[in-house]
Amino acid sequence: MAEDRIARFEKRQVELKKMSDAEIKERFWKLCNQLVEPIAELAKTHTSPSIERAVLLRMGIDSVSTHAVVTRVLEAGLLGKGAGHAVLRVSQKTGKDIRGAAQAIIEDKDVLTGLFQQ
Amino acid sequence: MADKELDPTKKLDIEEIMEGLESYHPPRKGWTWREVPKEGVDMGPFHYRNMSKPLKRSIGLPASKYFDHIDPQPSCVVTTEIASGRFEDDIRRMRMAAWHGADHLMVIRTTGQSHIDGLMEGTPEGTGGVPITRKQIRASRKACDRIEEEVGRPINFHSYVSGVAGPEVAVLFAEEGINGAHQDPQYNVLYRNVNMYRSFVDAAEAKKVMAGARIFQIDGAHNANATAKAGWLVMPELMVQHGINCAFSVAAGMDKNLIGLSTVPPDSPPAPKLWYDLPYAIALREIFSEFKMRAQQNTRYIEADIEEAVRTHTIDTLISMLTSADIQSTITPDEGRNVPWHYNNIRGIQTVKQTWAALDGIKELVSLNMAGPLGEMVRDLKERAVAFLEEVIETGGYFAAVEKGFFVDSGKYPNRNDDGIARDGKGGVGADTIVARDSDYMAPVCDHFGTNHLPAGTRKACDPIGGCTLCKPEKIVYIDELDPEDNANVRLSKTLAYRKGDLLKPEAEWAGDGTVLLQFVVTEAEDIAREAGLEMARKMGLKDPEIVNLQVMHPAEGCFIEVKGKVAFDVRKSELKIPPKEVMLPEEEVREVVKRLGIKVIAATVGEDEHSVGLREILDIKHGGIEKYGVKYTYLGTSVPVGKLVDAAIETGAQAILISTIISHNDVHRQNMRKLAELCKEKGIRDRIVLIAGGTQVNRDMAAETGLDATFGRGTKGFHVVNAIVKTLKTRGVV
Repeated sequence: MAEDRIARFEKRQVELKKMSDAEIKERFWKLCNQLVEPIAELAKTHTSPSIERAVLLRMGIDSVSTHAVVTRVLEAGLLGKGAGHAVLRVSQKTGKDIRGAAQAIIEDKDVLTGLFQQ
Repeated sequence: MADKELDPTKKLDIEEIMEGLESYHPPRKGWTWREVPKEGVDMGPFHYRNMSKPLKRSIGLPASKYFDHIDPQPSCVVTTEIASGRFEDDIRRMRMAAWHGADHLMVIRTTGQSHIDGLMEGTPEGTGGVPITRKQIRASRKACDRIEEEVGRPINFHSYVSGVAGPEVAVLFAEEGINGAHQDPQYNVLYRNVNMYRSFVDAAEAKKVMAGARIFQIDGAHNANATAKAGWLVMPELMVQHGINCAFSVAAGMDKNLIGLSTVPPDSPPAPKLWYDLPYAIALREIFSEFKMRAQQNTRYIEADIEEAVRTHTIDTLISMLTSADIQSTITPDEGRNVPWHYNNIRGIQTVKQTWAALDGIKELVSLNMAGPLGEMVRDLKERAVAFLEEVIETGGYFAAVEKGFFVDSGKYPNRNDDGIARDGKGGVGADTIVARDSDYMAPVCDHFGTNHLPAGTRKACDPIGGCTLCKPEKIVYIDELDPEDNANVRLSKTLAYRKGDLLKPEAEWAGDGTVLLQFVVTEAEDIAREAGLEMARKMGLKDPEIVNLQVMHPAEGCFIEVKGKVAFDVRKSELKIPPKEVMLPEEEVREVVKRLGIKVIAATVGEDEHSVGLREILDIKHGGIEKYGVKYTYLGTSVPVGKLVDAAIETGAQAILISTIISHNDVHRQNMRKLAELCKEKGIRDRIVLIAGGTQVNRDMAAETGLDATFGRGTKGFHVVNAIVKTLKTRGVV
């Protein structure tokens, strides 16, 4: 395995040696961008409990409550909608402000039931 | 503008800083570089080529007193790391560091914070760092606002966005005006065993938030050469790690100007450091020319010896100067043996200032020989890095490569030692916690990364909620304390007497910690010396003595040891007798008077006394004696009768007589001093002549009792004597 890698490296090196410094640099960045592209795509299309808590913080909800809300939303299987989205909907539905809506979710998980059904 | 100006003669009032934090918001956000005049900087007698605008208030290097007290400030931002565990004490250390030239204060987090799933609140005590919380940041940032006004240069306040709460920490930092932060998802994966998918998904959000607040980012690649067994061999991999974080950061929306590479010269003497570290530094700067360089000093091979650390760090700084550094970070030289002590923060900063001043403009004087082996080594590193990337892609991408242990392997690529850190994509902290965004996913806030289905017609992401905390800081919820016992107020009340009261204790980490360091030699072999050293420290009254450094001078002849410990006593300020300070005249004034009056003195050692060394040091220009200030002297020798001096003074028209009297047997020194005064009176010249005596048994109080004008003991310099002559002449109205 190791010898194999070294042999492959030596083959690569023959090609790399033909490149100018500018070409090597260009190749380095092309490969880096190629590597991170699928990861950036993964990030664009996914979320996490911490991301959702970070959204709630920006909505003016305190750090302790963001935990409880995200746990509720996750348990309700709604994290893919966005925890902030859920809070906003509860706010619109109940007429409470954002913090009040967050509190409502913490106090009663049933608030989330049917929230995203048309 | 700070709300309250600091007085350089007064300590920071920590209690006052802690007041009103619930309504504190940072007056500015984002990173600040130093102002570097293109035409260079003129200071004192010198022209500097690579310096920034000087500070309003600062403390220069010890030798600056010989150069009009100039304190040239390097063109790069200078970092110091702060990590005592109590931020309320660190605030004072930050002020000290700023006065010595640091403008990037990096606060290390408490151990384990990266595994805490969420934000910490309040001000609990930390270990090896401080818990980073909103309150801690506000208090520190508020202090920085004032300190930066005091020294006249913006301070960049910095901490870490990593672990499983990265996005939340990034939001906290953006809200509270943190200026710089570490963020590198690879660091979480490799060193903190955070699940790889979670780490990168979180990182994109964190980076986007940081970009919005113009927080400068530093990556974590340098940890590979602090971790790999042979740090100097992992250089191709380091370039790959830097490349991945840079590319990912740009993809997340960061400006290249705010992306920094954390780079450390990987080697340390006795290794031939330059042959490894210089080609690496050049290769990095060529490949990453659009990004910023944060040059860190080496810690990998630093253990207990402070001087060794300082020497290595000097060479590290040389490498920065031979290549480039946008930020020069310092490592406290005691990092290998304890939590950094505040005076070692200052030593680290001084290493950079001293090296930078010494080597100012070095690139105009010497150039690197790229035609030789250096050029070949640079090229070789780049080729290996590209080949490494090619293999990662062939393997199936980044995550696959991590699973196969590609990273932190101590073999030089393509060699492998098979000691790399492999992580399982299904494992680690936070495994299986990322969730796919639904087709109607929404987050109604600014600086959010990725797919976001905002209502049609939304102009600004936070419009649906009427503004987010980044746009309306008044919406931020401030939590004061969660723990009634473990908080700064409780700690501050315990140290009150040492900060604002009458008590004093030595300090190294925290207020009133009583920590001291002893240095001495024990003339025995290592095993005995170690135990003897501890016992000696105990006999000196130190509690909890601990050997922090031992160096063998010779296997049998003895060891140099350093012992730290704590003193058990307090000193009361009110019980100290503080001698009134002798105010010196400005040197220029003294020189002017000496020249104008043509001051001459007669000097000799009096009585039956053959000592001459002390007096010669006071007289000779070579030792910084009175001659240096333009005074002409006639030296009559040793064992000279007092009368002979008085006669000589009359004959030559000298304005002063200097006598040295070392022997004090039977009080002969006092007798000679009195005799001098009486004789001058008898001859009628007392009011025309300045009489000065000095000697090892003489002190300042003896002038009055013996009838002389000034008397001096040990440690006296020529300037003190000239100062006394000129002052006496001024009192008499001669000047």
